[in-house]
Amino acid sequence: MEDRSALVTFLLRLADDHLILGHRLSEWCGHAPMLEEDLAMPNIALDLIGQARALYQYAGGVEGKGRSEDDLAYLRRERDYLNCLMVERPNGDFAHTMLRQFYFAAFMHPFWEKAMESQDAMLAGIAGKAVKEVAYHIRHCGEWVIRLGDGTEESTARMQAALTALAPYVDELFESDAVTAAMAEAGIAPSPASLRAPFEATVQSVFAEAFLDAPAAPWAKTGGRQGLHSEAMGFLLAELQYMQRSYPGANW
Amino acid sequence: MYSQGLIGAKTDSGEDQAFLDAFQRRIDAEEKIEPNDPMPEGYRRTLIRQIGQHAHSEIVGMLPEGNWITRAPSLRRKAALLAKVQDEGGHGLYLYSAAETLGVSREQMTEELLSGKAKYSSIFNYPTLTWADIGAIGWLVDGAAIMNQIPLCRCSYGPYARAMIRVCKEESFHQRQGYEIMLTLCRGTDAQKEMAQDALNRWWWPSLMMFGPHDSDSQHGDQSMRWKIKRFTNDELRQQFVDATIPQAEFIGLTVPDPELKWNEERGHYDFGAIDWDEFWRVVKGGGPLNTERLEARQKAWDEGAWVREAALAHAEKRKLRREAARVAAE
Amino acid sequence: MTKHEIPLWEVFIRPRNGLAHKHCGSVHAADEVMAVHAARDVYTRRGEGVSIWVVPSAAIVASDPEQKDENFEPSISKVYRHPTFYEVPEEVGHM
Repeated sequence: MEDRSALVTFLLRLADDHLILGHRLSEWCGHAPMLEEDLAMPNIALDLIGQARALYQYAGGVEGKGRSEDDLAYLRRERDYLNCLMVERPNGDFAHTMLRQFYFAAFMHPFWEKAMESQDAMLAGIAGKAVKEVAYHIRHCGEWVIRLGDGTEESTARMQAALTALAPYVDELFESDAVTAAMAEAGIAPSPASLRAPFEATVQSVFAEAFLDAPAAPWAKTGGRQGLHSEAMGFLLAELQYMQRSYPGANW
Repeated sequence: MYSQGLIGAKTDSGEDQAFLDAFQRRIDAEEKIEPNDPMPEGYRRTLIRQIGQHAHSEIVGMLPEGNWITRAPSLRRKAALLAKVQDEGGHGLYLYSAAETLGVSREQMTEELLSGKAKYSSIFNYPTLTWADIGAIGWLVDGAAIMNQIPLCRCSYGPYARAMIRVCKEESFHQRQGYEIMLTLCRGTDAQKEMAQDALNRWWWPSLMMFGPHDSDSQHGDQSMRWKIKRFTNDELRQQFVDATIPQAEFIGLTVPDPELKWNEERGHYDFGAIDWDEFWRVVKGGGPLNTERLEARQKAWDEGAWVREAALAHAEKRKLRREAARVAAE
Repeated sequence: MTKHEIPLWEVFIRPRNGLAHKHCGSVHAADEVMAVHAARDVYTRRGEGVSIWVVPSAAIVASDPEQKDENFEPSISKVYRHPTFYEVPEEVGHM
């Protein structure tokens, strides 16, 4: 039983990361810098929402309380969302959005790669699909990081600003606690710390091409995994949950 | 509908009669016209305007529905809506591509949209106030669009016809998606059903207006029909839409807000009430509920994207120079 | 804003191996890498392809429609290039 609740927590963290980031990215739809990006960003957002759905469904099943994907996505309180803080950051400009997406993809790719060999067949199945999707996210967002980093004076300045703004949020991705330890021990998911090296390799190769230096974060922000979020999160959830809260129990 | 903006367009071009006749013979023989073929200037101008307006309609049309992506009531609906709005962007892109074969650039067309010179479908100036509006748009607005677009798949201009084939293939899910939302609401709680009826009340007349003025008031319909840019008149398409939609409304128990609506056995069609053309013209000319906001949103995306586009171009230039330098160094 | 427009690329998609790439439209992109991305994101959203080509639109050289008759009509009369021009008795079977 102990294991089960750790697995549920672990799955919800992962699902929340994907839902919240997909939600943020979908805010761009119709407002992108060029029409081609109005197609590219929803493709990524749809991948993330699809991954979130698979994870919520599985989490609901493991939990065994009959909660559906929508119950989990829409009907928890703010303190119960377990996503990392990076994904809930407001979009900012295109540089900020692309860098955030790139960081997340660079983290998730080695995660899914290892999760394909998970002892948990369900997670391994989700990983097999997600790993391909996220490989493209790295490429697409990485190419933009390169173009904006090594573009015009303005774009370089904006990309540097994004680097500074996001730096405090990177470490939280690699945080370990009893839940991640239990997952690693059971061979369900890789330990976050083991993903740092492949993450850095991906990031460094793109930054080198973009002539960017990642600033060292003066401190790391944390709390998301315990449900301690930024102020932006409440507004995001107010929008996300508006319909479900206004019409309790209705079918859509 | 996508020719709402042709109101006032010049179609005479002053080529000699022999040239125009030869062109007309090709059209009459159902030959497709391709980008580099000789064509009357009026044909080219009419197409640029119509395709441009059609493309703008898709792009501006992303806004009212995009408004609800972050508030969609379930994950399934959220994914479907996001995919649908993305499709609209794709359709705009295919259409800009088709117009670009006629020697106009997307940038030029975008500037004409932003300056107010080019029009887009009047329907997108109405607000989406509730979730049911997303259902109503898919069902009615996309339904009306399909009526118009299916004949355009046989339009005389090859690139436009090909773009429309692609669009129609993809759009088939849009109307079903909208109708399914309405159906679910109508089978739901009283509040949901009320929401659905309210959306139908607000979207019905603007949807009928999408087809444009009556044939008797439409100045350029004739020439466009002759050139097979248009295959059916505004009134024919509108009637087709009403005939197809009424039974769908009845099936889910919604009432179309038109007291004069009734089946006319003799004609084999529904008779319907008079359209408020004052409202139509007001919206076309900029006085709709959200004309200003829609253009502001497009302008904002365009302005705020400028530095990104410039950076992409600047980087491309650097890449080219570096590749060139590497090549020289290797020699 | 004619100063600096983002270039246009023609997009060709191979629906599946064994078939030729087929023209399907165009995209705007500043360089060839982003052109492939744009083509992927725009034209393969419903599993339409397994391979993409992009070509700068400006690099396409087209025959002149004014020369259509001289280019293509002479070949129409050369019926002896087609198998049906030749008579083979039915008993010989398929050839």
